Amino acid sequence: MDILNNIFAGQIPIEAYLGVSLIMFFAGVYGFLSRKSMLMILISIELMLNAADINFVVFNRYLYPGHLEGFYFALFTIAIAACETAVAIAIIINIYRNLSSVEVGNLDQMKE
Amino acid sequence: MQYTLLILVLPLLSFIVLGLVDSKWKPKVAGTIGTIVLGIITALSYFTAWEYFSMHQVAGVYEKVIPFNTVWIQFTEFLHIDLGILLDPISVMMLVVITTVSFMVNIYSLSYMDGEKGFQRYYAFLSLFTFSMLGLVIATNIFQMYIFWELVGVSSYLLIGFYYTKASAVAAAKKAFIVTRFADLFFLIGILVLSFYTKTFDFGILTSGNASVFAATTGVTFMGFSVLSWAMALIFIGGAGKSAMFPLHIWLPDAMEGPTPVSALIHAATMVVAGVFLVARFFPVYEVQTPEVLHAIAYVGAFTSLFAAVIACVQTDIKRVLAFSTISQIGFMMVALGVSGYGSHEGLGYMASMFHLFTHAMFKALLFLGAGSVIHAVHSNEMKDMGGLRKYMPITNWTFLIACLAIAGIPPFSGFFSKDEILSSCYEFSPYMGATMTFIAALTAFYMFRLYFNIFWGKEMKVEHDHGHHAPHESPLAMALPLVFLATVTCVAGFIPFGHFVTSDRANYDIHLDPMVATMSVVIAAVAILVATIMYRKESKIPGTLATTFAGLHKAASHRFYIDEVYLFITKKIIFNNVSRPLAWFDRHVIDATMDGFANTTQWVSLKIKGFQSGQVQQYAYVFLLGTLLITLLVLIF
Repeated sequence: MDILNNIFAGQIPIEAYLGVSLIMFFAGVYGFLSRKSMLMILISIELMLNAADINFVVFNRYLYPGHLEGFYFALFTIAIAACETAVAIAIIINIYRNLSSVEVGNLDQMKE
Repeated sequence: MQYTLLILVLPLLSFIVLGLVDSKWKPKVAGTIGTIVLGIITALSYFTAWEYFSMHQVAGVYEKVIPFNTVWIQFTEFLHIDLGILLDPISVMMLVVITTVSFMVNIYSLSYMDGEKGFQRYYAFLSLFTFSMLGLVIATNIFQMYIFWELVGVSSYLLIGFYYTKASAVAAAKKAFIVTRFADLFFLIGILVLSFYTKTFDFGILTSGNASVFAATTGVTFMGFSVLSWAMALIFIGGAGKSAMFPLHIWLPDAMEGPTPVSALIHAATMVVAGVFLVARFFPVYEVQTPEVLHAIAYVGAFTSLFAAVIACVQTDIKRVLAFSTISQIGFMMVALGVSGYGSHEGLGYMASMFHLFTHAMFKALLFLGAGSVIHAVHSNEMKDMGGLRKYMPITNWTFLIACLAIAGIPPFSGFFSKDEILSSCYEFSPYMGATMTFIAALTAFYMFRLYFNIFWGKEMKVEHDHGHHAPHESPLAMALPLVFLATVTCVAGFIPFGHFVTSDRANYDIHLDPMVATMSVVIAAVAILVATIMYRKESKIPGTLATTFAGLHKAASHRFYIDEVYLFITKKIIFNNVSRPLAWFDRHVIDATMDGFANTTQWVSLKIKGFQSGQVQQYAYVFLLGTLLITLLVLIF
């Protein structure tokens, strides 16, 4: 109840942010494990990365208000996520050209 | 005398070049290389002998010269294995014998082995054999001798099995190797026991006559005999294996499966006398420390000699007759060593043994090469395929006759002199021993002339002119030349004052013939020859009648007194069934099974965990996630 009271009082506690990021992260994990399409898996990865971003920002904001490292890390992560997406999309396109499919279940050649 | 090292190195080089460098040479080139190398080392050996016997005599005694010696393996301060060259009268004498016979055999083989498959391999093996045998006789210590002893065994194996596509040759090679190897096991044990107590391998120290070397062995006994007796007896068993003493003689008759010149070189003149040489090398130890072993050697030698002589009387394969005659003659040498004492006159037997070794090597090589010449002409080993060959092969006939007279002990051929000395020393030992050996000498004369008449006289062999058969012909020059040379040596070797060169104490000794013994042995030999002449010169019924009269003895002797069968019974029925098979079962079902168990378990586990490597990214991620959660949980709990 404390949390709700605080929210209504205009003060959003850290647990609320962390709850959101936790849900986002495990939604990403679940998506990564259960989706068949590689595009969906990519989106799941983005979800996990964004959950991490939120954590960076929130911890910086609440625990070390005078510092900026967390924000910078969040910016870094966004940039890296963008690069990673570009590379992943390129890979997925190439896989599609070769296999005419983006089903991750078909991709088991690497074991040999 | 550093150059003596060359005598050892050159044949080894020749073996390496012929055997390993290139196998595509023309046979003529390979044969020439082998023969020339042998010629060089023969010349070197003669020069060594001349230099040694003319220059290295100090106060009437030949000194031991060690021109080359190097420590090979150092175990302790005292116990080390050396490689070196020891020159003393017997080793120099052996150098001359080995190189001479080997050279003759090399020349002879140029023609005899002409056109055989593997001609170059043959010459490579001959070089290897010569190298090993020379290394054996010049060894400075017993371990070096043992190394070359084994090398000799290997090269003998290779040469007996030269016709490796022939099952009987392969079996004979295997038999020779296994039997001699079995004896060598005892030899090795003997060496180890001896060196354990004396702390040395060196012949110079062991045979110095200094009793303090054996001080550690006093009072140590095993099963009623002193440990030194055991060591020397075990060493003799090694020698008995190589020298085909009863009951380890079974390999020698079969070894005749090899090419005939090989038989002449290895199984008549050189390798088989290695055992005699070994006993002679250790003679001071045998004589002073363990006379009972020396006497045992005499009895073993005498029995072997008699045994082999009886068998030789009924064999029909000419090479086997010669093989048994070789066994018998080596028995003579062993007896002479066994009855000998140490010193000038007491050492007569020693001198006689070495003398007989020398003369026997020459005339027995001659006999084998002559037999090879006959086999070359008639393409058979069996007496029944021969007869009347004297008309076709005059040189072989005459040289063979000279050798037969020599081995029978008829003067003035070399065998008479050496055998006479052996008989004299036997009579001095005990009259019974002397009488036995005289009887064996008579048997020798009889079976050699049985052989001679069956080959060159007797019934005329049938000469067929069809199907490419041709009349027997005299052998070509390369084969006749060694025959003539060896025959010449046989004629003159008896007049060598051998006592001036080789004696037990290395001092001069003048040989004097004992007229009683000499007359008796000549008369007996002459009678034996006469009997053989009556029985075999012309076709006669006497041999057949005798064979039926003494049917049991004849049959037993033809089957070599069933010694091979006894061996087969012991090995196959007793050892194989009761020891080897259970051991094999244990090996297969316990040791192998354990090892297989490891392999099977590993395979089973890997099959089970193979599923992890599915290649499915999501599965990996799932496992990764579970692992992470597990670790987190563990961190939280502890």
